[in-house]
Amino acid sequence: MSKVEATDTAAAAAAPVEKRNTPLRLAVYAVSGALLLALPLFSGDFYINLASQILIAAIFALSLNLLVGYGGLSSLGHASFLGLSAYFAAWFFTRGGMDHTSSALIALFGTTVVAGLFGLIALRASGLGFLMITLALSQVLWGVAFRWSSVTNGDNGLSGLTRPMPFGLDINGADSFYWFSLVIFAVSFVLMAVFTESAFGSALRGTRDQPRRMAALGFDVWLIRWITFVYAGFWGAVAGLLYVYYHKYIHPTSLSITASAEGLLAVIAGGSGTLGGPVVGAALVMILKNYASAYVERWNMLLGLVFLFIVIFMPEGLVPGTKRLWKRFTGGGK
Amino acid sequence: MTTPALEIIDLNKNFGGLPATQNVSISVQPGERRLIIGPNGAGKTTLFNQITGDFFPTSGTIKLFGKEVTRLRPHKRAHMGLARTYQIITLFNKDTLVHNITLGLLGLRTTRWNMLRPLATYGDMRTEAIRVLGLVNLDHLADRPVTDISYGEKRRVEIAMALAQKPKVLLLDEPLAGLSAGERTNVKDLVASIPREVTVVMIEHDMDTALELAETVTLLHYGKVIVDGPHDAVVADEKTREVYLGH
Repeated sequence: MSKVEATDTAAAAAAPVEKRNTPLRLAVYAVSGALLLALPLFSGDFYINLASQILIAAIFALSLNLLVGYGGLSSLGHASFLGLSAYFAAWFFTRGGMDHTSSALIALFGTTVVAGLFGLIALRASGLGFLMITLALSQVLWGVAFRWSSVTNGDNGLSGLTRPMPFGLDINGADSFYWFSLVIFAVSFVLMAVFTESAFGSALRGTRDQPRRMAALGFDVWLIRWITFVYAGFWGAVAGLLYVYYHKYIHPTSLSITASAEGLLAVIAGGSGTLGGPVVGAALVMILKNYASAYVERWNMLLGLVFLFIVIFMPEGLVPGTKRLWKRFTGGGK
Repeated sequence: MTTPALEIIDLNKNFGGLPATQNVSISVQPGERRLIIGPNGAGKTTLFNQITGDFFPTSGTIKLFGKEVTRLRPHKRAHMGLARTYQIITLFNKDTLVHNITLGLLGLRTTRWNMLRPLATYGDMRTEAIRVLGLVNLDHLADRPVTDISYGEKRRVEIAMALAQKPKVLLLDEPLAGLSAGERTNVKDLVASIPREVTVVMIEHDMDTALELAETVTLLHYGKVIVDGPHDAVVADEKTREVYLGH
């Protein structure tokens, strides 16, 4: 009898967990996955390259979203990690005479260590203070990249880096680099999704919503935030590696406040605290930047207008906003 | 003599020039039911915030089971068996009741560092969270978000979240605030049903209900302890009437 009871409780305990994988959601994943994979088959180099840049920007936005969306920590200095990783990879390859593997590992490891140090400083505050410290730290890096010409080549940037040959595969073509980026993007997306859904991810969201209560419940709020900061920095470094392999060049503007702000814009426009939002937001920013700028000289103004439109009509971001409208039209109620 | 569960020695806290706590010394025995009363602004919640570590005192000592915790960060005190509720409801509004309670369970488990497994897949924590919700008669609403439930029900979730942690010392900050008469009885019965091994320190304005629950009472006024002692003695004291009950 007790056995029956136990099974009942277990079933009751397992059953009403959120219905995550609805058929619609799975269909969206399947179709977008197939489209992404097949893109080079029906598209020219211009759009393939644009898609590669979107994937890179999406990894960057996803990593920033860990802080902004899940941690409630708005950073205006996240480009530090993309830029630093790119500079590390380019410098150790072109000037340090290292091979691709070593320079890439140094870029990832070095940037993550710097993220750890920056986190120690920036997480002395939260809210606006955190935002200002991250901005200040990234401005320091930007200034160093600009002024320390003997090392960084200053305003001329670092060039001469070639693309690596992962597992002996040539990724110099637009198609092959796109597929390479897609694989890295898929891995990043899944690992960041697992992170946000995990027990730790739930604790992180708790520190965003009620930091005092979380501390009173036994959570080390500071340490949770610091770990997230470092993790986000690591994925920023991954985006930076792809970025520098794509461009084969790195310039101080990649460390600038504009670069950080574009990332933040992508997160907020797409929907912070969601997984799809930063991807859509990154696509939006990159399309405007690369495509619209060919027709409209002041593309920044266009970006501003689009952002304004989103804030007015979908303040929660494009992805949650579209879901809301979809539910309204299909009569889903709440 | 047994070690007090909670001991406060000569505690002072100044906000700028404003003294919010002045030379407060309180000793609470294990299992005791202590009521802290005092007019608005007497420094009751400020005292709680120093016990939990949200603020550090200007001077003085706080001990939990004989161990000094005066400068210990709040989460470490939680791991020593201290739990609290808030006067202003502090819940995770977008999340379900069961998720709220599960966070309470998670806070004291090493699982909280697991970065791979989704929280929702821990069936044992879910079962336990639903059991705790049952203690406050809210298990039927387990999968509803906090925004869907009434104010009185939120008050009970506040308490349930603290109870989920099986605390040794429980601080209740105005658990009856804003409740209707019926709801008040519910919460009163709930507080009365807390196991005897738990030490309960409660701030409350509702004297009629709260005095029934308390064995000992401390009266605070302008951050100072005015009267402190057994229930009947404090109620009968002339100073209590003057400061609190009026005229």
